[in-house]
Amino acid sequence: MKRHLISAADLSRGDAVLILDTAEELASLADRPIKKLPTLRGRTVVNLFYEDSTRTRISFEAAAKRLSADVINFSAKGSSVAKGESLKDTALTLEAMGADAVIIRHGASGAAHRLADWVRGSVLNAGDGTHEHPTQALLDAFTIRRRLRGTAAAGARGAGLDGLRVTIVGDVLHSRVARSNVLLLSTLGAEVTLAAPPTLLPLAVGSWPCAVSYDLDSELSKSDVVMMLRVQQERMNAAYFPSVREYSRRYGLDAARMARLPGHAIVMHPGPMNRGVEIAAEVADSVRSTIVEQVANGVTTRMAVLYLLLGGTEFPATGEAR
Amino acid sequence: MTGDGGWLIRGVTIPGRDETATSILIAGGSVTAIGPDLDHPGARTLDAGGLIALPGLVDLHTHLREPGREDAETVETGTAAAALGGYTAVHAMANTDPVADTAGVVEQVWRLGRTAGHCDVQPVGAVTVGLAGVRLAELGTMADSAARVRVFSDDGRCVSDPLLMRRALEYVKAFDGVIAQHAQDPRLTEGAQLNEGEMSARLGLAGWPAVAEEAIIARDCLLAAHVGSALHVCHVSTAGSAEIIRWAKSKGWRVTAEVTPHHLLLTDELAAGYDPVFKVNPPLRTEADVAELRRALADGTIDCVATDHAPHPVEAKESEWAEAAFGMTGLETALRVVQRAMVETGLLDWAGVADRMSVRPARIGRLTGHGHPLTPGAPGHLTLYDPAAPAEAVTPAGASKSRNTPFAGMELPGRVVATFLRGVPAVLDGKLA
Repeated sequence: MKRHLISAADLSRGDAVLILDTAEELASLADRPIKKLPTLRGRTVVNLFYEDSTRTRISFEAAAKRLSADVINFSAKGSSVAKGESLKDTALTLEAMGADAVIIRHGASGAAHRLADWVRGSVLNAGDGTHEHPTQALLDAFTIRRRLRGTAAAGARGAGLDGLRVTIVGDVLHSRVARSNVLLLSTLGAEVTLAAPPTLLPLAVGSWPCAVSYDLDSELSKSDVVMMLRVQQERMNAAYFPSVREYSRRYGLDAARMARLPGHAIVMHPGPMNRGVEIAAEVADSVRSTIVEQVANGVTTRMAVLYLLLGGTEFPATGEAR
Repeated sequence: MTGDGGWLIRGVTIPGRDETATSILIAGGSVTAIGPDLDHPGARTLDAGGLIALPGLVDLHTHLREPGREDAETVETGTAAAALGGYTAVHAMANTDPVADTAGVVEQVWRLGRTAGHCDVQPVGAVTVGLAGVRLAELGTMADSAARVRVFSDDGRCVSDPLLMRRALEYVKAFDGVIAQHAQDPRLTEGAQLNEGEMSARLGLAGWPAVAEEAIIARDCLLAAHVGSALHVCHVSTAGSAEIIRWAKSKGWRVTAEVTPHHLLLTDELAAGYDPVFKVNPPLRTEADVAELRRALADGTIDCVATDHAPHPVEAKESEWAEAAFGMTGLETALRVVQRAMVETGLLDWAGVADRMSVRPARIGRLTGHGHPLTPGAPGHLTLYDPAAPAEAVTPAGASKSRNTPFAGMELPGRVVATFLRGVPAVLDGKLA
């Protein structure tokens, strides 16, 4: 594995499978009364969040704390950043404090990449603008593998997602989740299709390792996984679509569309959801929905990433050499 | 100064002339003789064996930043950089602070250039007041001022209102002016960061479509034809733009165009590391665009190379991509880049380089005292260049106050050895004289 995790493209298939397998081992700890491991004791992990994202921040915070790392939360609001400090100066400050890893969420594409030029520790991209969000893709892959290929106990260790058909629906153009998922899921052998109105797809999407469809309905019956993306209602003001209602009619996942999925198919959403826009409430709350599982899996997957990037000591639970 | 007895430049090659290793005598501010066996008592001799002599280079597109952003560049430092790059005249763009939209400001810039003395500074006037695109600036007053402005541009911004553009083109006919358009449809480029294509899709940077440039160029060519005026297109960056300009020229319309050194050599692939030193307006495009721009410069569709030298202080580039300023420096590297992109590729010979970097830009800029082929009687503006100097890595440190060169570390051939302005060396042995 590389020292940083900035793009899902940084991960080879072997890297990605190792993360999923490690997450499986860590998942077994979640059921124990004491969830904490000592493997990152004495290491400092900084959560550097320039965007409000409570769910992602606490997921990383929980992951780092369960590995016994010291966690510093650095939020742009109320900090020196609000007074106009540059990303570079903030990076140098964190460097001086001896951060072993910096987890960064930032509104500008490439911010994680830039940060990695200025700090010695590992940089984990927790979402940069409309670029990538690789740990979201990892937790999605983990969720898909568990649901459709079984747990490690059921023999999924070492497995990819070969042959699974994943349809990602919605605002791909502005989605860091979609970019990371296209890269990671295809690396793991899945066949990815993007379904969206042409306005919400990058013009050069043809160069991506996936198929493209403008027609969600034609994709449903062949999908093992449908992943709905959040669509911002303000997009209609920039003429990406005429109205929220039309968007919902053409690309929203309602009960009728869900009924046309194969019996085993699952429905995913990275959250936060717009119920009634891209996903109907009865779909979000159905047994096919993995939305709550994704949140739980987020913690274990991020534990696995932190453990592997920071080279923590072995798990006392298993003692396996790796 | 050392100009009194003149200079005898020996052993030099003048591209486009038959003899090699000839001599040029400069005296009294002019080229007085050219021939193999010149002698002139009292003249200083410069051994120019292996060097070529080009008429002093002329840049149609320079940001000198003064007044207003003297932290990035001043007329003094910018013209020093120009002289080191082989330039004897630069056109100073109008987007200063205050904007060069009045006779007062253009005369100030013109006087600063005279004081600096490294090369001639010809101010460009703004088309609209404050570059705001609403009201015409006093174009005639700037034309009549001591700065004798003939090129008008809102560069940095597009004159996007078609009616205002029509009026500007029409109005400058009265004093043989030209409107230099920064072709960028503002609505199609809201928030745009990088050429719209594979790289912008992958990097998640808002796309800057080629059509945003091409649509404005097409419209402006039609407007220039309609009112019978002169349009100059700044920093052409796409294959489609070149095609439209080729078509407009085939109609006999008065359309000229420039391309920057960076658009002749660099592509959007360089944005992969999100280093804003590669962030520029218009953005770096694709390999196919670079190839077509080179062809268009070679066949004369694009008239000239213009640097769009855009200095910025370090902090303006040491940031996230979207936060960073647009622009690259270019004066000190332009000729070397053109050697790499045009001469080494066989697309242009050195006579062609003289035409595209001196003769034609001077003509477009209405600079009657510059851009004369080197013949007896021509003004004493010339550049001595060593095309055989081994390729050396570009260092960001130069005469410019700013360091934002995209070529840093890149090995480029050639070396500017000397620059003469009115017969007096501004640069000798690669250093300011």
